[in-house]
Amino acid sequence: MIFDILEKLGTWDLCDWQTVLIAALAAMACALPGSFLVIRRQSMMGDALSHTVLPGIVIAFLLAAWNGVSYQSNQALFHAFLFSGALVVGIVSAVLTEWVRKQGKVEASAALGVVYASMFALGLLLIRATADSVHIDPECVLYGVLESEVDPFVYFPPAAIINFAMFLVNLVLVVVFFKELRISAFDPALATTLGINARWIHYGLMAVTAATIVMAFRSVGSILVIAMLIAPPTTAYLLTDRLERMIGISLAVAAGCALLGHVIALTLPFFILAPLGFAAKGSANTAGSMAIAAGIFFVAAMLFAPQHGVLMKILVRRRLQIKIACDDILGTIYRWEETHGDAITPQNWIVENAIDVGSSTPRKTFRQLVRQGDIIEQHGGFRLSASGRSRAKELIRSHRLWEAYMAKHFELPDDHLHDMAHRVEHFIDPEIRQQLIDELDQPETDPHGKQIPPE
Amino acid sequence: MSCPAVAYLSTLWTQLSRTMLVVVVYCSLTFSSSCVWGQAHDHGADGQRHKPTQGSLARSSFKLPTGEELVNVLLLRDYNTRVVTFGTILLGITAGLIGVFMLLRKRSLVGDVVSHSALPGIAMAYLIAESVGQSGRSLPVLMIGATIAGFLGVVCTVGIRRYTRVKEDAALALVLSVFFGFGVALFTLIQSLPTGNSAGLNHFIYGNTATMIASDVYVIVIASVVVWISGFFLFKEFKLLCFDQRFAASQGWPVTALDLLLMALVVAVTVIGMQSVGLLLVVAMLIIPAAAARFWSDRLERVALLACALGGLASYFGVILSALFPNLAAGAVIVLTGTAFFVISLLFGWRRGMLQRIWMQMRVRYRVQQHHLLRAVYEVLELVQIESIAEQDESSLIELKQAVSLGQLKQHRAWSKSELARSIHYARRDDLVVDIGSDPNVVRLTKTGRAAARRVVRNHRMWELYLINFADIAPSHVDRDADLIEHVLEPEMIEQLEEIMEQASATMRVPPSPHDVTTEPPNSEGPQ
Repeated sequence: MIFDILEKLGTWDLCDWQTVLIAALAAMACALPGSFLVIRRQSMMGDALSHTVLPGIVIAFLLAAWNGVSYQSNQALFHAFLFSGALVVGIVSAVLTEWVRKQGKVEASAALGVVYASMFALGLLLIRATADSVHIDPECVLYGVLESEVDPFVYFPPAAIINFAMFLVNLVLVVVFFKELRISAFDPALATTLGINARWIHYGLMAVTAATIVMAFRSVGSILVIAMLIAPPTTAYLLTDRLERMIGISLAVAAGCALLGHVIALTLPFFILAPLGFAAKGSANTAGSMAIAAGIFFVAAMLFAPQHGVLMKILVRRRLQIKIACDDILGTIYRWEETHGDAITPQNWIVENAIDVGSSTPRKTFRQLVRQGDIIEQHGGFRLSASGRSRAKELIRSHRLWEAYMAKHFELPDDHLHDMAHRVEHFIDPEIRQQLIDELDQPETDPHGKQIPPE
Repeated sequence: MSCPAVAYLSTLWTQLSRTMLVVVVYCSLTFSSSCVWGQAHDHGADGQRHKPTQGSLARSSFKLPTGEELVNVLLLRDYNTRVVTFGTILLGITAGLIGVFMLLRKRSLVGDVVSHSALPGIAMAYLIAESVGQSGRSLPVLMIGATIAGFLGVVCTVGIRRYTRVKEDAALALVLSVFFGFGVALFTLIQSLPTGNSAGLNHFIYGNTATMIASDVYVIVIASVVVWISGFFLFKEFKLLCFDQRFAASQGWPVTALDLLLMALVVAVTVIGMQSVGLLLVVAMLIIPAAAARFWSDRLERVALLACALGGLASYFGVILSALFPNLAAGAVIVLTGTAFFVISLLFGWRRGMLQRIWMQMRVRYRVQQHHLLRAVYEVLELVQIESIAEQDESSLIELKQAVSLGQLKQHRAWSKSELARSIHYARRDDLVVDIGSDPNVVRLTKTGRAAARRVVRNHRMWELYLINFADIAPSHVDRDADLIEHVLEPEMIEQLEEIMEQASATMRVPPSPHDVTTEPPNSEGPQ
């Protein structure tokens, strides 16, 4: 199967590069307004717009047809019609949604649903009713016609130029209005006090998004546009906390979606059809595969993101667990040595008394401590080394200082202090210890009468 | 504000909901017998899926139906129309019921996610069925695939929201688009198969009500009965889940299980609805009737009943219209009929509709004007009588029977001549003031007017005193604030104010104004 896949990918030629180029430019054009939709929590508005542009497209087609303009005769003028139709529809659907939400006091997502479903239904009826003068294939609107946009006789097919122009327009708009967009996204109230009209920013964003969707719909299909609007920015959102970086990463992810998407489109038959016993031939729709690629990027970011990734969080938690287990063992040995002098602490006793070691990994924790040189193994037991002793001292000091503090400031019985201090002791740093000492006037012993080890 | 019809309906609700199950079961039984009959007479027992009458986009010319066609369609004489109408109406009713719960749980768009994510499930079910030698067109197989994938999509959104910092809207949009893209990619693969063209599957995207056959309707009937039974027996539980989930949890109810059940019902309704109105529009059947019904009532029972009715009606009109005009796709017409209901409800709904709110606002404005007029009359008279009163007992009342000229009133408040004339006109109509003789420029308060004026001025001054004593506001500033609030002071508020002021005496005495009652419009006191 691997050879089949390689063979298929070996037929990669100029047409494939063109496909990737067109798709990448369309996706990058979408990722720019998409980033702001995601941080403004209006992602579903992107979904809605991708539906509501349908009547806009039909009406623009009609107007163009009445003026004797068609895609074949005059591409630039034709796209001007589409572009302005989309701008109008974008603003109309934003205004309508807002109106329904405000006037009807309908919950926001329901208002969105009502408006876009109605407009989409209207679009479908319009397609039917005007089928004489407008030739729109609903499937083409849905899936896009990426595969037929390529032109092996030129380096840059017209679709690439259109998508590039849209990308440039969006880029310029984002650069020029970056400050306004950022402030109104994160703090609309502040934006208003600074004299930025948040409503106009909203309508402007909606109009630009609708225009981007319409320009991209020939390439990636009007419904799949939403994958390109939302998925790359969401992926980037997991990877960084800075808006500039988020936009940059989402552009990169968008381009990556195009490349990986086309590879998936070529190889999907081998993964889906072959295992089911069909002949693996043909290739899948590139636009759809780009959505799959976007999903793959998102899952990867979700798992492996350096700060917000699921695996990273698990790793951090695991490390903390081990540190706490080590601390507990050291503290337990320290307490034994405190009462028994220099006698070796038996391992069983440690395991019984160190509460948080965790039943599954005491052996591992001991081994790690030995490796770090904090404890020394002797005759079936352990003894603290110099470094281990100082670490244990710090811990016990934190523990007993906290107990003393709680005894002074909270009315708790003495036998309730230990458990709480046991939980907090791992997180008290030297600074807090100093504050506790100042607060408690250099205490010598804890409430149980045990000595607080000196620094 | 309530309509007798709805009140009547709501009293019928309990009986209706009990009989509803019986009706549904009965209908399905009679329907199934009629199907047998219909098949025998109209089509033989072939059970073939009918060719879509409006499948091609090329047919576009509009043709008015003949009278005979109209009668045939309206009376459901045609077997096809009967099947389609029954199935779609049932679907509309069921979607309306579930939609209400989704609307209240603010999860209206979940249906959209379900329908979009069902697409790869349909494609995979087709592929798997074909690979084991079965027909991929079998509806139950496709529906199982759709259900699994739709549920998976919902689970993904919940998972993304819980385990990452991605917000709900982005999670919904992401899952929806990625699943849909996967589905589209799979569809193109199916088209490349030797056996495959995805014609039958495409119905799931745009919907094709016209090809509904009896066995499809059976599926709808079964699902509707399931939804109705769970909706009926768990109505109270779902209601609490919608309004106060935490309280439900604290009462020990299995909230998660209920939530899951509700989700499962949504998935079921969506999947069934997909093949009649299409996955792009099925969400409308969930949202629109519920959102429209919400304008008419605040009681969940009534809203649910109305949503079912609206959903059923929209479906009926949609099917009938598309049967009469072959160019109208049923799915789109159903949605647009629903939209028409929504717009009507938005405008005329007597619980939250626009006109109702405008009416309420007008009434408030009218009352405010009335209060202003009454207080102006009082204060004008008070100024005239203030000296004579001072000599007498402090507790004596201002004599309000005297006449007041419009000129005095005009000067007393900053209002335009037409405003004043309008308020006097309304006050005259409401028997608060009467003309004296034939002079239209002099009026006098009636008995009710006098009582009302005392009350209004009293409220105003009580609030002023409160502000001065307890809110540390300068006497010169309280007039404006009191002006804003005096109109909405409830009798209980006044009582509390009295207690606070230690003026518990229940007399109708009006306290003297704590500041100068100016005879000039306030703006003349502006900075010089």
